[in-house]
Amino acid sequence: MPGRPSSVWKIKRKTVSTAAAPQPQSRPDLRALFLGFSAVGLSGFGGVLPFARRMLVEQKRWMSADEFNTQLGLCQFLPGPNVVNLAVVVGKRYQGALGAIVAPVGLLAGPLFIVLLLALAYDRWGSLPLAQGMLRGIAAVGCGLLFAMAWRMGTALKDKPFFLPFTVLTVAAIAWLRWPMPIVMIAGLLLSGGVAYWRLGRK
Amino acid sequence: MSVAGELFLEFALLSFVAFGGATALLPEMHRVVVENHHWLDDTTFTHLYAIAQAAPGPNVLVVTLIGWEIAGLAGALAATLAMCLPMSILIYLLIDRWESFSGKRWQKAVSLGVAPLAVGLVFSGATLIAQAAQFGWAAWTVVAATVVANLRSKLHPLWYIAVGAALGLGGLI
Repeated sequence: MPGRPSSVWKIKRKTVSTAAAPQPQSRPDLRALFLGFSAVGLSGFGGVLPFARRMLVEQKRWMSADEFNTQLGLCQFLPGPNVVNLAVVVGKRYQGALGAIVAPVGLLAGPLFIVLLLALAYDRWGSLPLAQGMLRGIAAVGCGLLFAMAWRMGTALKDKPFFLPFTVLTVAAIAWLRWPMPIVMIAGLLLSGGVAYWRLGRK
Repeated sequence: MSVAGELFLEFALLSFVAFGGATALLPEMHRVVVENHHWLDDTTFTHLYAIAQAAPGPNVLVVTLIGWEIAGLAGALAATLAMCLPMSILIYLLIDRWESFSGKRWQKAVSLGVAPLAVGLVFSGATLIAQAAQFGWAAWTVVAATVVANLRSKLHPLWYIAVGAALGLGGLI
């Protein structure tokens, strides 16, 4: 039931947006940007991007789903923390250079404060056997979550016969040979990107 | 140069190859911070990774913790800024032109080409944590169970963290 009206809404918005630039439902000021992104930063564990989407598109309606996807495109294309990049983009869009500073600062300030408190606690009690045991336990599940994430990303790869070998080469170079990552990434990107360029040309 | 300054330069360089975010950078951060500079040891490095896992916020904050342990508040801020600032500036300058080059053949090729590398980096990050923490059979059992459970259910990651913490507190890992 709830899916239907929203999809109709999306189609309507699309046709409107081709005719004229879509009007944002509200134009956040610096305070709203700071608070909005603070809430996003504090709400997620292990990645906050889904929360950013919910806040921007569904709750505050600062952008439509299409606009969100377009802007996220560059954030994911460039390296670096995607959600920080996204905060810069949204901040710039509504409040220029100041917004581009305030939004990512809002995103990071709260979690940064918490993480520093945890660091203080670690410095004080981290050498206790109980704390060491607990952190070891968390590291073990964290490691499992990383393997699962790699598996999921790997199964989502397109054109596996052509691209999976580059995954294997990256693991060999980084985890086994311990080569410096900047060199591995430049070489890998030239090779893998080259194959992708060639494959794209054949279609 | 101060340690915080060195940290800033090292991490700013890394931010240019951080495809897949901070998670993908774990092996390289370990190489720089533990193996090259001996700023931290293996145990501390895995502990900081665990703390970052258990804290709310973007994944990038593991960098803040590493900076803190190496050079206090100046280190924490230097490391975090170094990881975020270069790409933030670049994206600020590029976003208005994004539509003019998104969808071009070279842009698609880079996106397609970088994906398999990012998978390899995340996988390497997982093996690195296992190595640095010197997991025994009990820890590997937990790792395997987490992988299977995470791939088969939609349980919130915090539940895994809680179970891991409890098992660890009980001295089982």
